[in-house]
Amino acid sequence: MNASGWAEIALTLALVVALAVPLGAYLARVWQGGTTWLDPVLRPVERLVCAGCGPGAGRSQGWLAYALSFLAFSGAGFVTLYLILRFQDVLPLNPQGFAGLSPHLAFNTAVSFVSNTNWQSYVPEQTVSTFSQMAGLTSHNFLSAAAGMALAAVVARAFAADRAEGLGNFWVDLTRISLYVLLPISLAIAVVYVALGEPQTLLANVSATTVEGGRQTIALFPTASQEAIKQLGTNGGGVFNANSAHPFENPNAWTNLIEIVSMNALSLACVVAFGRVVLARREARALAAVMVILVAAGAGAIYAAETQAPPALVAHGVDASVNMEGKEVRFGAPSTAAWAAATTGASDGGVNAMHDSLMPLGGGVAMFLMQLGEIAPGGVGSGLYGMVVMALIAVFVAGLMVGRTPEYLGKKVEAREIKFAMLAVLILPAAILGFSAAAAVLPVALKGLANGGPHGLSEILYAYTSAAANNGSAFAGLTANTPWWNTTLAIAMLLGRFAYAVPVLAIAGALAARPKLSASAGTFPTDGPLFVGLLIGVILIMGGLQFFPALALAPIVEHVQALQAVAAAR
Amino acid sequence: MFAQARAALFATVFFTLLLGVAYPLAVTGVAQLAFPDQAGGSLVRDAAGRVIGSRLIAQPFAEARYLHPRPSAAGADGYDASGSSGSNLGPLNPALAARIGRTAAGLRADGPAPIPADAVTASGSGLDPDVSPANAARQAPRIAAARGVAVGEVQRVIAAHTRQPALGILGQPAVNVLAVNLALDARFPRAHPPPR
Repeated sequence: MNASGWAEIALTLALVVALAVPLGAYLARVWQGGTTWLDPVLRPVERLVCAGCGPGAGRSQGWLAYALSFLAFSGAGFVTLYLILRFQDVLPLNPQGFAGLSPHLAFNTAVSFVSNTNWQSYVPEQTVSTFSQMAGLTSHNFLSAAAGMALAAVVARAFAADRAEGLGNFWVDLTRISLYVLLPISLAIAVVYVALGEPQTLLANVSATTVEGGRQTIALFPTASQEAIKQLGTNGGGVFNANSAHPFENPNAWTNLIEIVSMNALSLACVVAFGRVVLARREARALAAVMVILVAAGAGAIYAAETQAPPALVAHGVDASVNMEGKEVRFGAPSTAAWAAATTGASDGGVNAMHDSLMPLGGGVAMFLMQLGEIAPGGVGSGLYGMVVMALIAVFVAGLMVGRTPEYLGKKVEAREIKFAMLAVLILPAAILGFSAAAAVLPVALKGLANGGPHGLSEILYAYTSAAANNGSAFAGLTANTPWWNTTLAIAMLLGRFAYAVPVLAIAGALAARPKLSASAGTFPTDGPLFVGLLIGVILIMGGLQFFPALALAPIVEHVQALQAVAAAR
Repeated sequence: MFAQARAALFATVFFTLLLGVAYPLAVTGVAQLAFPDQAGGSLVRDAAGRVIGSRLIAQPFAEARYLHPRPSAAGADGYDASGSSGSNLGPLNPALAARIGRTAAGLRADGPAPIPADAVTASGSGLDPDVSPANAARQAPRIAAARGVAVGEVQRVIAAHTRQPALGILGQPAVNVLAVNLALDARFPRAHPPPR
């Protein structure tokens, strides 16, 4: 570890915070239907979409109608994407001549991109045609992100409402977020990425005769356009197998900085926008502080882990000051640590180093950040509503301690909301631990592992954690392109996305119908350091209690083994 | 229900065309006009115009007179630019220790200088175009001997192709292997190609 490494991590996080404030102000205007400077161009398009969605498509919906629209849209997206992937061999723009995906792989991939997970069971540059990348995957990078942010807008409106029924309209939210937020920012970032070296071409493979006379086939894709929304929308599905470790997806320190910042800034901006819509900026600041503290602690812990002595380097007398297996020279430990924390704290899942080869605690912290529920700062939109669920549980715990009915942001929190909140929060451990327990004993699952011992258990745990948390990063040694893994991971992704989102919408419906109260002397303050501490405590205890036994058997025991191996070699 | 289905269908089709077709094509158009070199993959061509590689992609170098890239786990023989991959070996995997042992033993044939970590570890992509300055410096005497030039000459070429961290703190110093090797060949051309 050195000062420049710490400075790099600090600068990256500072940029995230600095950008989230103006972005959040803009996002609040988009959520509330306000005017923006893009109106002259985009208003007509917005009106066109609303008209196309049918008569009355602009009407404000109750929570159930909103949820049905969200589910109908996700279902339509799933079917189209499944068909595109299955039949890419007869669709245009397949210069590589790839066959259609197998049914279980197409199912897994379609679920993955519709649920904003972007887990990749396949090697993209050997599997997915240019058309599938663009029309199939790039478009769902936008749409799954926009749907998540639409749900966040609903939660904000619910807290702002006073005895209201309507929570806004899904189609309007989806359209406005896609058109006014995601599309223009992605366009700008994509052009910058090309300038910094990322390819953007419809030509597929270039054949090169190397300096020493060998042959090398260089795969090319419209990379920059997908990279921009992949990071901005906390998607994480790359056009290359190595994701953002690939020099075409992430050629240098500048692209690395922009990619990290863009994968966290919009999630944090959702919190800023929430504060503006609910007129609770100080309380929103407390939520944002919790997110930043958690992701910063994660980045620091991973940096410390990755500069521990790797046993294999010590054993052979090689410089052991940094674990370079799976890392790129241009990034080294600090850029990798900042990225690994940002990608697992947000539900991005892109990687700029191979997480399977991280030190035991480096990979363990990455896993733990996902297990906290993807709220540091979480996926775009989903991070905000996940954090609000945690805040409801925190005020409930505080209410139990002082014996008062809890309230949050002027809304009484009653049994119905807490039941739905617990239902949502229990999805993650049920999916992760349930599937992991099954996979750990089934031969059909175990034959996919690349590493044995506790690291093998880490590969299993990481896979289901990543899927259920809709993250998408992997301990990529796991061979997941088999019917067992593709199917069970897809089910975990569906549970993590939809079995979480629907209770959240139900909570929003219940809260919106309640009267908005003004704070009284008995109201527990939710804007100061006390609440920040309480909320972090609730988050860590929930994550810790649920997952600590499993983590103890995997990364923690492996860490002890690594220390022993280093001591024995020295 | 019918209204929901109709809206879902329309929105899916409309946004697939806008975000999945028009958006990437628009970026491609701008990119090809404004930054054709980067958009095409930063390809390097020889005097005859044939593609010899990409500045951003590692290619194999084994001859003593060239700077060698990091080990690669991409594809069966490494450096497969249509199948990027790391080794995905865990830190305690015996296969990792064995591979590092073999690589380190090979490097010690060059001399007793300490071995930097990046020289024996596989990168995340398998296509890392760079090596660390320490790794390049360790190879300079071998390159100089193979080319019959002073070590200082080789060191100067390496220094000219070393990138420092952006703003002094972003990323790590890195030496682009292909750029160094092309510069070496340009600066110290040989009359006869070496026996293969």
